[in-house]
Amino acid sequence: MKMRTWKAIGTVMALSVLLAACGSSSKKVNASPSTTAVAGPPAFPAGSAMDAIQKKGKLVVGTKFDQPLFGLKNPTTGKVEGFDVEIANLIAKGIFGNDITGKVDFVEAVSKNREPFIQNGTVDIVVATYTINATRKQVVDFAGPYFIAHQDIMVKKGDTSIKSVTDLNGKKVCSVQGSTSLDNLKAKAPTADTSITFDVYSKCAEALTDGRVQAVTTDNVILGGLVAAEKDKYQLVNAPFTDEPYGIGLKKGANDLRTFINDRLDAIYKDGSWKKAFESTVSAGGLATPTPPPVDRY
Amino acid sequence: MTLSVVFDNLGRFGHGMWVTVELTLLGFALAFVIGIVVAACRVSPVPPLRLAGTLYVEVFRNIPLIVLFVLFFFGFPKLGIRYSPFVSSVIVLSVYTGAFVGETVRAGINTVAKGQAEAARSIGLTFTQLLRIVVLPQALRSVVAPLGNLFIALVKNSSIAYTISVVELTGVADRLTTETAKPIAVFSGAFVAYLILTIPSGYVLGIVERRVAFKR
Repeated sequence: MKMRTWKAIGTVMALSVLLAACGSSSKKVNASPSTTAVAGPPAFPAGSAMDAIQKKGKLVVGTKFDQPLFGLKNPTTGKVEGFDVEIANLIAKGIFGNDITGKVDFVEAVSKNREPFIQNGTVDIVVATYTINATRKQVVDFAGPYFIAHQDIMVKKGDTSIKSVTDLNGKKVCSVQGSTSLDNLKAKAPTADTSITFDVYSKCAEALTDGRVQAVTTDNVILGGLVAAEKDKYQLVNAPFTDEPYGIGLKKGANDLRTFINDRLDAIYKDGSWKKAFESTVSAGGLATPTPPPVDRY
Repeated sequence: MTLSVVFDNLGRFGHGMWVTVELTLLGFALAFVIGIVVAACRVSPVPPLRLAGTLYVEVFRNIPLIVLFVLFFFGFPKLGIRYSPFVSSVIVLSVYTGAFVGETVRAGINTVAKGQAEAARSIGLTFTQLLRIVVLPQALRSVVAPLGNLFIALVKNSSIAYTISVVELTGVADRLTTETAKPIAVFSGAFVAYLILTIPSGYVLGIVERRVAFKR
Protein backbone atom coordinates (compact mmCIF):
# COMPACT_ATOMS: atom_id res chain seq x y z
CA MET A 1 0.00 0.00 0.00
CA LYS A 2 2.72 2.40 1.03
CA MET A 3 4.88 1.41 -1.94
CA ARG A 4 1.98 2.01 -4.28
CA THR A 5 1.39 5.50 -2.89
CA TRP A 6 5.02 6.44 -3.43
CA LYS A 7 4.93 5.06 -6.94
CA ALA A 8 1.85 7.11 -7.69
CA ILE A 9 3.47 10.27 -6.37
CA GLY A 10 6.57 9.54 -8.45
CA THR A 11 4.50 9.10 -11.58
CA VAL A 12 2.63 12.35 -10.99
CA MET A 13 5.90 14.22 -10.48
CA ALA A 14 7.45 12.76 -13.61
CA LEU A 15 4.35 13.65 -15.59
CA SER A 16 4.30 17.21 -14.36
CA VAL A 17 7.95 17.70 -15.29
CA LEU A 18 7.15 16.40 -18.75
CA LEU A 19 4.13 18.68 -19.02
CA ALA A 20 6.14 21.68 -17.90
CA ALA A 21 8.76 20.92 -20.54
CA CYS A 22 6.05 20.62 -23.17
CA GLY A 23 4.53 23.88 -22.02
CA SER A 24 7.70 25.90 -22.38
CA SER A 25 8.64 24.45 -25.73
CA SER A 26 5.17 25.07 -27.20
CA LYS A 27 5.33 28.68 -25.98
CA LYS A 28 8.57 29.21 -27.89
CA VAL A 29 6.97 27.81 -31.02
CA ASN A 30 4.06 30.21 -30.66
CA ALA A 31 6.20 33.23 -30.03
CA SER A 32 8.59 33.12 -32.95
CA PRO A 33 6.22 33.57 -35.90
CA SER A 34 4.33 36.46 -34.32
CA THR A 35 7.49 38.40 -33.49
CA THR A 36 8.69 38.08 -37.06
CA ALA A 37 5.32 39.11 -38.47
CA VAL A 38 5.16 42.44 -36.62
CA ALA A 39 7.62 44.97 -35.24
CA GLY A 40 10.02 43.18 -32.92
CA PRO A 41 11.27 44.45 -29.58
CA PRO A 42 13.78 47.31 -29.81
CA ALA A 43 17.20 47.02 -28.20
CA PHE A 44 17.90 49.06 -25.06
CA PRO A 45 21.24 49.92 -23.47
CA ALA A 46 22.25 47.19 -21.03
CA GLY A 47 21.45 48.09 -17.43
CA SER A 48 18.65 50.52 -18.31
CA ALA A 49 15.23 50.18 -16.69
CA MET A 50 13.69 49.31 -20.06
CA ASP A 51 16.28 46.60 -20.59
CA ALA A 52 15.49 45.16 -17.16
CA ILE A 53 11.76 45.10 -17.93
CA GLN A 54 12.38 43.52 -21.33
CA LYS A 55 14.57 40.82 -19.77
CA LYS A 56 11.97 40.20 -17.05
CA GLY A 57 9.47 39.69 -19.86
CA LYS A 58 6.73 41.62 -18.06
CA LEU A 59 5.68 45.20 -17.50
CA VAL A 60 3.85 45.38 -14.16
CA VAL A 61 1.35 48.25 -14.13
CA GLY A 62 -0.59 49.60 -11.16
CA THR A 63 -4.00 50.78 -12.30
CA LYS A 64 -7.45 51.34 -10.85
CA PHE A 65 -9.93 48.50 -11.15
CA ASP A 66 -12.97 50.57 -10.20
CA GLN A 67 -12.70 53.70 -12.31
CA PRO A 68 -15.18 53.75 -15.18
CA LEU A 69 -13.66 54.88 -18.50
CA PHE A 70 -10.06 54.72 -17.16
CA GLY A 71 -9.44 51.44 -15.41
CA LEU A 72 -12.40 49.19 -14.73
CA LYS A 73 -12.27 45.45 -14.24
CA ASN A 74 -14.83 43.79 -16.43
CA PRO A 75 -16.59 41.29 -14.15
CA THR A 76 -17.41 38.88 -16.99
CA THR A 77 -14.05 38.75 -18.77
CA GLY A 78 -11.85 39.55 -15.76
CA LYS A 79 -9.91 42.00 -17.91
CA VAL A 80 -9.20 45.58 -16.92
CA GLU A 81 -10.48 48.08 -19.46
CA GLY A 82 -10.14 51.81 -19.98
CA PHE A 83 -7.94 54.65 -21.11
CA ASP A 84 -5.22 54.03 -18.49
CA VAL A 85 -5.03 50.41 -19.62
CA GLU A 86 -4.69 51.45 -23.27
CA ILE A 87 -1.92 53.91 -22.40
CA ALA A 88 -0.07 51.22 -20.43
CA ASN A 89 -0.39 48.81 -23.37
CA LEU A 90 0.97 51.45 -25.75
CA ILE A 91 3.97 51.95 -23.46
CA ALA A 92 4.48 48.18 -23.29
CA LYS A 93 4.53 48.02 -27.09
CA GLY A 94 7.47 50.40 -27.01
CA ILE A 95 9.37 47.93 -24.86
CA PHE A 96 8.34 44.52 -26.20
CA GLY A 97 7.34 45.32 -29.76
CA ASN A 98 3.79 45.02 -31.06
CA ASP A 99 3.11 41.60 -29.57
CA ILE A 100 2.46 42.20 -25.90
CA THR A 101 0.22 39.18 -25.26
CA GLY A 102 0.78 38.10 -21.67
CA LYS A 103 3.48 40.71 -21.16
CA VAL A 104 1.52 43.34 -19.26
CA ASP A 105 0.41 42.56 -15.72
CA PHE A 106 -2.20 44.84 -14.19
CA VAL A 107 -2.18 45.15 -10.42
CA GLU A 108 -4.97 46.98 -8.63
CA ALA A 109 -3.77 50.31 -7.30
CA VAL A 110 -5.99 52.47 -5.12
CA SER A 111 -5.21 56.09 -4.27
CA LYS A 112 -3.55 55.10 -0.99
CA ASN A 113 -1.14 52.44 -2.22
CA ARG A 114 0.19 54.06 -5.38
CA GLU A 115 3.34 55.53 -3.81
CA PRO A 116 4.31 52.43 -1.78
CA PHE A 117 3.74 50.22 -4.85
CA ILE A 118 6.21 52.34 -6.84
CA GLN A 119 8.73 52.62 -4.01
CA ASN A 120 8.69 48.90 -3.19
CA GLY A 121 8.98 47.88 -6.82
CA THR A 122 5.63 46.05 -6.64
CA VAL A 123 4.87 47.75 -9.96
CA ASP A 124 7.09 49.22 -12.67
CA ILE A 125 4.74 52.09 -13.43
CA VAL A 126 1.43 53.44 -12.17
CA VAL A 127 -1.18 54.58 -14.68
CA ALA A 128 -4.17 55.23 -12.44
CA THR A 129 -5.81 58.66 -12.87
CA TYR A 130 -2.76 59.82 -10.95
CA THR A 131 -2.65 63.62 -10.68
CA ILE A 132 0.85 65.09 -10.82
CA ASN A 133 1.49 67.41 -7.88
CA ALA A 134 4.39 68.77 -5.86
CA THR A 135 3.81 66.59 -2.76
CA ARG A 136 3.79 63.40 -4.81
CA LYS A 137 6.83 64.53 -6.80
CA GLN A 138 8.82 64.43 -3.57
CA VAL A 139 8.43 60.65 -3.36
CA VAL A 140 7.91 59.48 -6.95
CA ASP A 141 8.64 60.78 -10.45
CA PHE A 142 6.09 61.36 -13.19
CA ALA A 143 6.19 60.93 -16.93
CA GLY A 144 3.51 62.70 -18.92
CA PRO A 145 0.95 64.16 -18.41
CA TYR A 146 -1.02 62.08 -20.89
CA PHE A 147 -4.37 63.66 -20.08
CA ILE A 148 -5.67 66.75 -18.31
CA ALA A 149 -8.87 66.42 -16.34
CA HIS A 150 -10.63 69.35 -14.68
CA GLN A 151 -12.34 69.38 -11.33
CA ASP A 152 -16.03 70.09 -11.72
CA ILE A 153 -19.24 69.96 -9.70
CA MET A 154 -22.21 67.59 -9.79
CA VAL A 155 -25.59 68.57 -8.36
CA LYS A 156 -29.09 67.16 -8.20
CA LYS A 157 -30.97 67.36 -11.47
CA GLY A 158 -32.73 70.71 -11.72
CA ASP A 159 -30.65 72.46 -9.04
CA THR A 160 -29.77 75.89 -10.46
CA SER A 161 -28.45 77.46 -7.25
CA ILE A 162 -24.88 76.30 -7.92
CA LYS A 163 -23.31 77.76 -11.04
CA SER A 164 -19.63 77.94 -10.12
CA VAL A 165 -17.21 76.83 -7.46
CA THR A 166 -17.69 80.01 -5.36
CA ASP A 167 -21.37 79.10 -4.97
CA LEU A 168 -20.19 76.14 -2.88
CA ASN A 169 -19.23 78.43 0.02
CA GLY A 170 -21.37 77.54 3.01
CA LYS A 171 -22.77 74.46 1.27
CA LYS A 172 -22.16 70.82 2.11
CA VAL A 173 -19.94 69.25 -0.53
CA CYS A 174 -18.89 65.62 -0.79
CA SER A 175 -15.71 64.19 -2.17
CA VAL A 176 -13.62 61.08 -1.73
CA GLN A 177 -11.07 60.37 0.98
CA GLY A 178 -7.58 60.13 -0.42
CA SER A 179 -8.12 62.44 -3.40
CA THR A 180 -6.81 65.94 -3.98
CA SER A 181 -10.28 67.24 -4.81
CA LEU A 182 -10.99 68.39 -1.27
CA ASP A 183 -7.87 70.55 -1.07
CA ASN A 184 -8.67 72.12 -4.42
CA LEU A 185 -12.19 72.89 -3.26
CA LYS A 186 -10.95 74.45 0.00
CA ALA A 187 -8.66 76.73 -2.00
CA LYS A 188 -11.50 78.06 -4.15
CA ALA A 189 -14.42 77.91 -1.69
CA PRO A 190 -12.92 78.20 1.81
CA THR A 191 -16.20 78.06 3.73
CA ALA A 192 -17.58 74.97 1.97
CA ASP A 193 -18.48 72.26 4.49
CA THR A 194 -16.48 69.16 3.61
CA SER A 195 -17.26 67.09 6.68
CA ILE A 196 -18.89 64.37 4.56
CA THR A 197 -16.36 62.19 2.71
CA PHE A 198 -16.47 58.57 1.58
CA ASP A 199 -14.24 55.93 0.07
CA VAL A 200 -15.98 55.88 -3.32
CA TYR A 201 -17.84 58.45 -5.40
CA SER A 202 -20.96 56.35 -5.72
CA LYS A 203 -21.55 56.91 -1.99
CA CYS A 204 -21.18 60.67 -2.52
CA ALA A 205 -23.84 60.39 -5.22
CA GLU A 206 -26.08 58.54 -2.76
CA ALA A 207 -25.52 61.27 -0.15
CA LEU A 208 -26.50 63.83 -2.80
CA THR A 209 -29.75 61.94 -3.44
CA ASP A 210 -30.48 61.84 0.29
CA GLY A 211 -29.85 65.57 0.65
CA ARG A 212 -26.96 65.08 3.06
CA VAL A 213 -24.84 67.18 0.69
CA GLN A 214 -25.75 69.74 -1.95
CA ALA A 215 -22.93 68.94 -4.36
CA VAL A 216 -20.25 66.44 -5.25
CA THR A 217 -16.91 67.60 -6.59
CA THR A 218 -14.06 65.82 -8.32
CA ASP A 219 -12.55 65.36 -11.78
CA ASN A 220 -15.04 65.88 -14.59
CA VAL A 221 -14.32 62.48 -16.16
CA ILE A 222 -15.37 60.73 -12.95
CA LEU A 223 -18.49 62.86 -12.47
CA GLY A 224 -19.30 62.28 -16.14
CA GLY A 225 -19.41 58.55 -15.47
CA LEU A 226 -21.84 59.06 -12.56
CA VAL A 227 -24.11 61.41 -14.51
CA ALA A 228 -24.11 59.08 -17.51
CA ALA A 229 -25.31 56.24 -15.27
CA GLU A 230 -28.20 58.24 -13.70
CA LYS A 231 -29.15 61.04 -16.07
CA ASP A 232 -32.50 61.69 -14.42
CA LYS A 233 -30.98 62.18 -10.96
CA TYR A 234 -27.79 64.19 -11.40
CA GLN A 235 -26.31 66.86 -13.63
CA LEU A 236 -22.87 68.29 -14.25
CA VAL A 237 -22.52 72.02 -13.51
CA ASN A 238 -19.81 72.30 -16.18
CA ALA A 239 -17.79 74.93 -14.35
CA PRO A 240 -14.24 73.48 -14.32
CA PHE A 241 -11.97 75.12 -11.75
CA THR A 242 -8.69 73.19 -11.77
CA ASP A 243 -6.30 71.40 -14.09
CA GLU A 244 -5.58 67.82 -13.07
CA PRO A 245 -2.69 66.55 -15.15
CA TYR A 246 -2.72 62.74 -15.07
CA GLY A 247 0.83 61.40 -15.11
CA ILE A 248 2.54 58.04 -15.15
CA GLY A 249 4.14 57.38 -11.80
CA LEU A 250 7.52 55.70 -11.62
CA LYS A 251 10.39 55.24 -9.20
CA LYS A 252 12.09 58.45 -8.11
CA GLY A 253 15.29 58.96 -10.06
CA ALA A 254 14.47 56.45 -12.82
CA ASN A 255 15.32 59.09 -15.41
CA ASP A 256 15.94 56.67 -18.27
CA LEU A 257 12.46 55.17 -17.88
CA ARG A 258 10.89 58.62 -17.54
CA THR A 259 12.55 59.90 -20.71
CA PHE A 260 11.61 56.72 -22.54
CA ILE A 261 7.93 57.01 -21.56
CA ASN A 262 7.86 60.70 -22.43
CA ASP A 263 9.31 59.92 -25.88
CA ARG A 264 6.79 57.13 -26.23
CA LEU A 265 3.91 59.48 -25.36
CA ASP A 266 5.10 61.97 -27.99
CA ALA A 267 5.20 59.12 -30.49
CA ILE A 268 1.65 57.90 -29.75
CA TYR A 269 0.37 61.51 -29.87
CA LYS A 270 1.85 61.77 -33.35
CA ASP A 271 0.80 58.43 -34.84
CA GLY A 272 -2.82 58.78 -33.71
CA SER A 273 -2.87 55.83 -31.32
CA TRP A 274 -3.44 58.16 -28.33
CA LYS A 275 -6.55 59.55 -30.06
CA LYS A 276 -7.71 56.05 -30.92
CA ALA A 277 -7.25 54.92 -27.31
CA PHE A 278 -9.18 57.93 -26.04
CA GLU A 279 -12.06 57.47 -28.43
CA SER A 280 -12.41 53.77 -27.68
CA THR A 281 -12.69 54.44 -23.93
CA VAL A 282 -13.29 57.91 -22.45
CA SER A 283 -15.53 59.07 -25.30
CA ALA A 284 -18.22 56.70 -24.00
CA GLY A 285 -18.69 59.19 -21.13
CA GLY A 286 -19.69 61.90 -23.61
CA LEU A 287 -16.40 63.83 -23.56
CA ALA A 288 -15.06 65.39 -26.76
CA THR A 289 -11.56 64.29 -27.79
CA PRO A 290 -9.10 66.97 -26.63
CA THR A 291 -5.68 67.64 -28.08
CA PRO A 292 -3.15 65.66 -26.05
CA PRO A 293 -1.34 67.73 -23.40
CA PRO A 294 2.34 68.57 -23.96
CA VAL A 295 4.67 66.26 -22.06
CA ASP A 296 6.38 67.96 -19.12
CA ARG A 297 10.08 67.03 -19.12
CA TYR A 298 10.95 68.57 -15.78
CA MET B 1 11.40 56.59 6.39
CA THR B 2 10.88 59.81 8.22
CA LEU B 3 8.46 60.02 11.09
CA SER B 4 8.50 63.82 11.16
CA VAL B 5 5.15 63.83 9.38
CA VAL B 6 3.67 62.27 12.55
CA PHE B 7 5.30 64.74 14.92
CA ASP B 8 4.27 67.67 12.75
CA ASN B 9 0.64 66.56 13.01
CA LEU B 10 0.37 65.51 16.66
CA GLY B 11 -2.62 67.84 17.13
CA ARG B 12 -4.59 66.12 14.41
CA PHE B 13 -3.66 62.67 15.71
CA GLY B 14 -4.80 63.84 19.16
CA HIS B 15 -8.11 65.00 17.75
CA GLY B 16 -8.60 61.72 15.93
CA MET B 17 -7.83 59.80 19.11
CA TRP B 18 -10.39 61.89 20.97
CA VAL B 19 -13.10 61.09 18.42
CA THR B 20 -12.18 57.39 18.70
CA VAL B 21 -12.49 57.65 22.50
CA GLU B 22 -15.89 59.37 22.20
CA LEU B 23 -17.18 56.72 19.81
CA THR B 24 -15.89 53.93 22.05
CA LEU B 25 -17.19 55.27 25.36
CA LEU B 26 -20.63 56.28 24.07
CA GLY B 27 -20.87 53.11 22.01
CA PHE B 28 -19.90 50.86 24.90
CA ALA B 29 -22.24 52.55 27.38
CA LEU B 30 -25.17 52.00 25.00
CA ALA B 31 -24.00 48.51 24.07
CA PHE B 32 -23.86 47.61 27.76
CA VAL B 33 -27.47 48.66 28.29
CA ILE B 34 -28.56 46.82 25.12
CA GLY B 35 -26.56 43.76 26.18
CA ILE B 36 -28.19 43.56 29.62
CA VAL B 37 -31.66 43.85 28.11
CA VAL B 38 -30.86 41.23 25.46
CA ALA B 39 -29.41 38.83 28.04
CA ALA B 40 -32.43 39.35 30.29
CA CYS B 41 -34.70 38.56 27.36
CA ARG B 42 -32.77 35.43 26.52
CA VAL B 43 -33.09 33.99 30.04
CA SER B 44 -36.60 35.31 30.63
CA PRO B 45 -39.46 32.90 31.32
CA VAL B 46 -41.56 34.57 28.57
CA PRO B 47 -41.11 32.72 25.21
CA PRO B 48 -41.69 35.74 22.88
CA LEU B 49 -39.02 37.70 24.79
CA ARG B 50 -36.62 34.77 24.52
CA LEU B 51 -37.28 34.61 20.78
CA ALA B 52 -36.75 38.37 20.40
CA GLY B 53 -33.45 38.16 22.28
CA THR B 54 -32.25 35.25 20.17
CA LEU B 55 -33.24 36.98 16.92
CA TYR B 56 -31.41 40.14 17.95
CA VAL B 57 -28.22 38.27 18.71
CA GLU B 58 -28.34 36.14 15.59
CA VAL B 59 -28.94 39.10 13.30
CA PHE B 60 -26.40 41.55 14.64
CA ARG B 61 -23.71 39.07 15.58
CA ASN B 62 -23.65 37.52 12.14
CA ILE B 63 -23.49 40.59 9.90
CA PRO B 64 -20.17 42.34 9.21
CA LEU B 65 -20.04 45.74 10.84
CA ILE B 66 -19.37 47.58 7.61
CA VAL B 67 -22.55 46.16 6.09
CA LEU B 68 -24.55 47.50 9.03
CA PHE B 69 -22.86 50.89 8.65
CA VAL B 70 -23.68 51.22 4.97
CA LEU B 71 -27.27 49.98 5.36
CA PHE B 72 -27.99 52.26 8.31
CA PHE B 73 -26.35 55.35 6.89
CA PHE B 74 -27.54 55.07 3.29
CA GLY B 75 -30.61 52.86 3.66
CA PHE B 76 -32.51 54.42 6.58
CA PRO B 77 -32.70 57.93 5.04
CA LYS B 78 -34.94 56.34 2.39
CA LEU B 79 -37.34 55.52 5.25
CA GLY B 80 -37.09 59.06 6.57
CA ILE B 81 -34.66 58.22 9.39
CA ARG B 82 -31.53 60.34 9.14
CA TYR B 83 -28.81 60.96 11.68
CA SER B 84 -25.45 62.72 11.42
CA PRO B 85 -22.45 60.50 10.65
CA PHE B 86 -21.28 60.62 14.29
CA VAL B 87 -24.65 59.72 15.80
CA SER B 88 -25.17 57.02 13.18
CA SER B 89 -21.80 55.54 14.08
CA VAL B 90 -22.58 55.45 17.80
CA ILE B 91 -25.91 53.76 17.09
CA VAL B 92 -24.48 51.13 14.74
CA LEU B 93 -21.46 50.39 16.94
CA SER B 94 -23.63 49.95 20.04
CA VAL B 95 -26.27 47.86 18.27
CA TYR B 96 -23.53 45.56 16.95
CA THR B 97 -21.49 45.35 20.15
CA GLY B 98 -24.73 44.98 22.15
CA ALA B 99 -25.28 41.54 20.59
CA PHE B 100 -21.87 40.39 21.83
CA VAL B 101 -22.33 41.97 25.26
CA GLY B 102 -25.68 40.19 25.48
CA GLU B 103 -24.13 36.80 24.83
CA THR B 104 -21.29 37.50 27.25
CA VAL B 105 -23.67 38.54 30.02
CA ARG B 106 -25.83 35.50 29.35
CA ALA B 107 -22.76 33.30 29.79
CA GLY B 108 -22.17 35.09 33.10
CA ILE B 109 -25.76 34.50 34.18
CA ASN B 110 -25.31 30.78 33.48
CA THR B 111 -22.43 30.67 35.96
CA VAL B 112 -24.74 31.68 38.81
CA ALA B 113 -26.02 28.58 40.54
CA LYS B 114 -29.63 27.75 39.72
CA GLY B 115 -30.44 27.32 43.38
CA GLN B 116 -29.95 31.05 43.96
CA ALA B 117 -32.64 31.95 41.44
CA GLU B 118 -34.99 29.38 42.94
CA ALA B 119 -34.31 30.71 46.43
CA ALA B 120 -34.89 34.30 45.28
CA ARG B 121 -38.19 33.40 43.63
CA SER B 122 -39.28 31.47 46.71
CA ILE B 123 -38.88 34.55 48.91
CA GLY B 124 -41.17 36.44 46.52
CA LEU B 125 -38.80 38.44 44.26
CA THR B 126 -40.14 39.16 40.78
CA PHE B 127 -38.06 38.06 37.76
CA THR B 128 -36.70 41.60 37.29
CA GLN B 129 -35.81 41.92 40.97
CA LEU B 130 -34.17 38.52 40.91
CA LEU B 131 -31.98 39.55 37.95
CA ARG B 132 -31.15 42.98 39.33
CA ILE B 133 -30.48 42.08 42.95
CA VAL B 134 -29.27 38.50 42.91
CA VAL B 135 -28.09 37.24 39.54
CA LEU B 136 -26.60 40.16 37.57
CA PRO B 137 -24.17 41.41 40.25
CA GLN B 138 -22.64 37.96 40.40
CA ALA B 139 -22.90 37.33 36.66
CA LEU B 140 -21.10 40.55 35.70
CA ARG B 141 -18.19 39.88 38.02
CA SER B 142 -17.35 36.69 36.24
CA VAL B 143 -17.39 38.28 32.78
CA VAL B 144 -15.21 41.37 33.29
CA ALA B 145 -12.41 39.93 31.17
CA PRO B 146 -14.57 39.03 28.15
CA LEU B 147 -16.35 42.38 28.42
CA GLY B 148 -12.92 43.98 28.37
CA ASN B 149 -12.14 42.16 25.14
CA LEU B 150 -15.33 43.58 23.67
CA PHE B 151 -14.31 47.06 24.78
CA ILE B 152 -10.93 46.77 23.06
CA ALA B 153 -12.60 45.31 19.98
CA LEU B 154 -14.87 48.35 19.97
CA VAL B 155 -11.89 50.74 20.02
CA LYS B 156 -10.70 49.07 16.84
CA ASN B 157 -14.15 48.61 15.28
CA SER B 158 -14.81 52.33 15.66
CA SER B 159 -12.41 52.86 12.74
CA ILE B 160 -15.18 51.69 10.42
CA ALA B 161 -16.98 54.94 11.23
CA TYR B 162 -14.55 56.49 8.79
CA THR B 163 -16.43 54.82 5.94
CA ILE B 164 -19.34 57.14 6.70
CA SER B 165 -16.99 60.11 7.05
CA VAL B 166 -16.40 60.35 10.80
CA VAL B 167 -12.77 61.45 10.96
CA GLU B 168 -11.50 59.38 13.88
CA LEU B 169 -7.96 58.06 14.28
CA THR B 170 -7.89 55.93 11.13
CA GLY B 171 -9.59 58.77 9.27
CA VAL B 172 -6.89 61.21 10.33
CA ALA B 173 -4.23 58.78 9.15
CA ASP B 174 -6.01 58.31 5.85
CA ARG B 175 -6.32 62.05 5.23
CA LEU B 176 -2.70 62.69 6.21
CA THR B 177 -1.67 59.97 3.77
CA THR B 178 -3.37 61.87 0.98
CA GLU B 179 -1.75 65.13 1.96
CA THR B 180 1.78 63.83 2.50
CA ALA B 181 1.95 60.71 0.29
CA LYS B 182 3.76 58.94 3.18
CA PRO B 183 1.42 56.11 4.21
CA ILE B 184 3.99 54.04 6.09
CA ALA B 185 5.05 56.85 8.42
CA VAL B 186 1.47 58.03 8.93
CA PHE B 187 0.05 54.58 9.65
CA SER B 188 2.96 53.82 11.98
CA GLY B 189 1.74 56.85 13.91
CA ALA B 190 -1.78 55.39 13.95
CA PHE B 191 -0.34 52.05 15.12
CA VAL B 192 1.24 53.71 18.15
CA ALA B 193 -1.84 55.85 18.80
CA TYR B 194 -4.12 52.81 18.93
CA LEU B 195 -1.75 51.11 21.36
CA ILE B 196 -1.82 54.25 23.52
CA LEU B 197 -5.59 53.80 23.71
CA THR B 198 -5.87 50.03 24.01
CA ILE B 199 -2.99 49.03 26.29
CA PRO B 200 -4.06 51.29 29.18
CA SER B 201 -7.68 50.10 28.73
CA GLY B 202 -6.45 46.56 29.14
CA TYR B 203 -4.52 47.57 32.24
CA VAL B 204 -7.52 49.34 33.81
CA LEU B 205 -9.69 46.33 33.06
CA GLY B 206 -7.19 44.10 34.83
CA ILE B 207 -7.50 46.28 37.94
CA VAL B 208 -11.30 46.22 37.76
CA GLU B 209 -11.23 42.46 37.36
CA ARG B 210 -9.11 42.00 40.48
CA ARG B 211 -11.26 44.45 42.48
CA VAL B 212 -14.56 42.76 41.75
CA ALA B 213 -13.31 39.19 41.80
CA PHE B 214 -14.88 36.79 44.25
CA LYS B 215 -12.70 36.42 47.28
CA ARG B 216 -11.94 32.74 47.25
